Amino acid sequence: MRPFVYEQPTDISAAVAIASRFTTEDDQPTRANVQFIAGGTNLADYMKLGVAEPNRLVDLNRLKDPGLRQIRVTDDGIRFGALVRMGEAADHAELKRGYPVIADSLRLAASGQIRNMASLAGNVLQRTRCEYFRETSWHCNKRVPGSGCAAMEGFNRQHAVLGGSDACIATYHGDFAQALIALDAVVRAEGSRGARKIPLAKLHRQPRDTPEIETDLAADEIITAIEVPAVPWARRSLYLKIRDRESYAFALASAAVALDLDGDNVREARIALGGVATVPWRAKAAEEALQGKTLDEVSAGAAADAAFAGAEPRQHNAFKIELGKRTLVRALLETRDMKV
Amino acid sequence: MDTAAPRPKENQGQPLPRVDARLKVTGQAHYPADLPTANIAYGALATSSIAKGKVAKLNLDDARAVPGLLDIVTYGDMDTVEKPKFGNSGATSIGPLHDRTIFHDGQIIALAVAETFEAAEEAAQLIRAEYDAETPTASFDSPGAATIPAAGKSPLFKEDVKAGDFDAAYREAAVKIDVRYSTPTQHHNPIELFSTTAFWEGDQLIVHEPSQNVTGWKVELARQLKIDPAKVRIVSPFIGGAFGSKGPMTPRTAIVAVAARRLGRPVRCVTSRMQAFGTQTYRAETRHRIRIGAGKDGRITAFAHEGWEVTSRPDSYVVGGTSATGRMYAYGSVLTHVSLVQADRNTPGYMRSPPETPYVYALENAMDEMAVALGMDPVEFRRINEPKTEPIGKKPFSSRSLIQCYDQAAEAFGWAKRDPKVGAMRDGDWLVGMGCATAIYPTAVAPCAARVRLTVDGDVRLQCGSHEIGTGVRTVAGQMASERLGVSIDRISVEMGDSSLPPAPVSGGSISTASVCSAVLKACDAIRAKLYAGATAEGGPLAGSHNEELDLADGKIVAKGGASAKVEDVLKTMQVGAIEEYAEFAPKGATPEALKKLYAGMPEFHGGEQDEDSVKYAFGAEFVEVRINRYTREIRVPRIVGAFAAGRIMNTRTARSQLMGGMIWGIGQALHEATEVDSRYARYVNRDLQDYLVPVNADIKDLQVILVPEVDHAVNPAGVKGLGELGNVGTAAAVASAVYHATGKRIRDLPIRIEQLLA
Repeated sequence: MRPFVYEQPTDISAAVAIASRFTTEDDQPTRANVQFIAGGTNLADYMKLGVAEPNRLVDLNRLKDPGLRQIRVTDDGIRFGALVRMGEAADHAELKRGYPVIADSLRLAASGQIRNMASLAGNVLQRTRCEYFRETSWHCNKRVPGSGCAAMEGFNRQHAVLGGSDACIATYHGDFAQALIALDAVVRAEGSRGARKIPLAKLHRQPRDTPEIETDLAADEIITAIEVPAVPWARRSLYLKIRDRESYAFALASAAVALDLDGDNVREARIALGGVATVPWRAKAAEEALQGKTLDEVSAGAAADAAFAGAEPRQHNAFKIELGKRTLVRALLETRDMKV
Repeated sequence: MDTAAPRPKENQGQPLPRVDARLKVTGQAHYPADLPTANIAYGALATSSIAKGKVAKLNLDDARAVPGLLDIVTYGDMDTVEKPKFGNSGATSIGPLHDRTIFHDGQIIALAVAETFEAAEEAAQLIRAEYDAETPTASFDSPGAATIPAAGKSPLFKEDVKAGDFDAAYREAAVKIDVRYSTPTQHHNPIELFSTTAFWEGDQLIVHEPSQNVTGWKVELARQLKIDPAKVRIVSPFIGGAFGSKGPMTPRTAIVAVAARRLGRPVRCVTSRMQAFGTQTYRAETRHRIRIGAGKDGRITAFAHEGWEVTSRPDSYVVGGTSATGRMYAYGSVLTHVSLVQADRNTPGYMRSPPETPYVYALENAMDEMAVALGMDPVEFRRINEPKTEPIGKKPFSSRSLIQCYDQAAEAFGWAKRDPKVGAMRDGDWLVGMGCATAIYPTAVAPCAARVRLTVDGDVRLQCGSHEIGTGVRTVAGQMASERLGVSIDRISVEMGDSSLPPAPVSGGSISTASVCSAVLKACDAIRAKLYAGATAEGGPLAGSHNEELDLADGKIVAKGGASAKVEDVLKTMQVGAIEEYAEFAPKGATPEALKKLYAGMPEFHGGEQDEDSVKYAFGAEFVEVRINRYTREIRVPRIVGAFAAGRIMNTRTARSQLMGGMIWGIGQALHEATEVDSRYARYVNRDLQDYLVPVNADIKDLQVILVPEVDHAVNPAGVKGLGELGNVGTAAAVASAVYHATGKRIRDLPIRIEQLLA
């Protein structure tokens, strides 16, 4: 492991200032010499593996602002402080009642130990677990731009069928972001150029020909909060995660679903997909396919077909198209049948 | 008594807690890399990123510039020592630093040694190799794979067994199947990482390393370093999981020993999880073709099992499970053939039930397919084909309780409630399937030595160079002494895991309990004889009694008539403070050189199929229920029941624990475990526990182990059949059988995954 400088600022502006001092506007956050660290469940791992090589870490855990550690649920919606731990949010009673899709997405992620460490903002920004990205001896355009992609023709069972490019098909493995994006969440960020709001749908970037650019953030920007606008019918929502084992595994396919129903008729559907795409994936086409329809196996199937219309399979991941569709159908029907 | 401590039945010992349980759960058990060592330097490996070719150049400048770097051991530095040998105690014949040829992915190219672990790691990562790379052969279907017959290539696999005229019988059979199966590459991944700590005291080398074979390693390491084996000591008091991976010594051990000698101080190298995939042994992928022919009555008339196994270029590692599958049922005729397929891979090695796990998986899956083809209940099909003698050599089984296992497991499982129709059982959106399979493991035993001392204070010290790999062998060895000497287990200290102790065989092949307990039994009986002689001698407290009327209990010698004498008093009469006996046990049929070979680290195995009088196996039957979602097809295992018969059970708690662990592993083999090989580069892709999946607690629900009473005096003096490798045999086939029952899909390639059930 390479030596690095470790700093523990106590307010956000100081943290931003440190990052600002050691980065330029052109620095990509994932490749900058300065990295923010909260739970460290992803970054520390990648530093040990030589995937991330910052020479300065800015620890955010000493930041004083109490809002960073609070969950507030009001009539306007939810505000998550960036440093709230996954485990805390997963167990939050009002979330479980009013927004089960969010609570489920956290409960079904990682392990108890990791959920107790990992922060919510860090979770949203987690990097791919692509095997070829994680191990530095393979070619990887995301890790070393322009070096090639070993996964494209390699063992790509867990790779994305949606949102990939010729440069990268690495899956976004998170769960929480799917629930957030389905509910039109917004992140608040602070950087040297001030504070701003970014819709979660605009936060992550598809790889295209620059897979090393993963988000819209600048290298000195810190997420301070995540806000979810109130959706009263989000009580009828769930997160379905399909994986190789019962717990502690990434999704092969997942679906975040929230439904506003009139009887069995869909007034509005919110759908996001996980495990199958390079970024948290809002399935707008599927939502539109359902609008005004009676929700049954047939209409759910049509919505699933719409969701995967543009999917591009590779040698080992073609099954994700069929699995992703079935996951969505099952999630829609189970959401319809929820007693709320 | 509770689930974890089953009430002993006939011929079963008490469920005593492990003697080292408290040490383990309180963190006081010192594993080899924990043993305190002063003035230690740290080593980190650099490994190759190609699988075939040569290291053209090694750039060490960046590594040497790391503050705290002490030394780099690489090409040229091992020239004065011998290359490793593949065999009993050695994992491979590849001497990674003896020349610049790369034989496999992840081969050691250097060892960086530094003042701190972090500096060593940093330096190792900065070692840059330039290669003359060649296109490697990854596996079975890769260009350049060479297929050779396995028979005779390994002393453990002498011939392809056969009986009768298979071709004619198969041709004429009324019902037949011809099917192919495969099992994937697997890596052991014990929780304790692999490590070597080496230091020299003068010309004496001490190595702390998790080992299943301290005596064998002592001899092999001395050979490599060209020193007297008496100058080498291997210390391995606790082992955090082994499963065969710590049986053969890998080339790292000698490299670290050389580094310690060069530096003149202790060097410790803990291999990373990722590096273990390339530097340790593994279970290679296998393929199978099975043909079974039977009459309409379900009697098998023809059985053929062909197997293909991947091995490395230089070493012929063979598992050859046809030796057991060819003897499993009353086949009529048998034809078997095993082939090795050489590829540019590390040499494979022993992994829990090495032959039986893949081969019995194929056999039992085929048995289930055959039962379907015959329209017969799979349990009935096995009952019909229960043999009187094994079909190859027509020898009797020393004992065989397979049908009792099936009956008891079926009863506990509720097999009678199974609707045999495929897809007929449902629970809401979940398809329910039930399946079963046979478990079998050869019962072997090897020579073993032990030293037992009984003191006048009533304490017992038991020493044996066996290995506590988590099986509970320390506990059962103590239990044997406790029973024979009439001393409570808490007065007995058991020392193992050190090559300076009386030698024991490698802790592999499920021989430890039988071999160690037989040696301890012999030592204790010698102590008994001396005590009895002292007690019954003229003027002794039990003068006039005959030995056969005496027993030892609660620190007393008790005569049949009721008279008794305290052991303490007998020792006083004898004017000794302690009786110490060094016993050497050699199994029936052992050669005259058997004990000499034990000391040389090359123990003879007896039993299994090799004895003249009978074949010796332990058996079991496993029943599994699966649930498969009708939309998304994920497979869950809500219930599993296994019934096993393995002769004398020394301790029902540790026996159950072993079998339970095996069954859980079996579920993992069925549904989770596989090392993925990137066929373009012959490199492993999922080299960590994030992507190399094993079951987690949530995957294991209702699991029941039934210990079926069995008495077998033919296997060894202790009457014990090893069961450490029994529980995971057959499990994957039982899962495959249940998946078929639920879905109508016969999955023949492991692991069974969602994608195979979607189409």
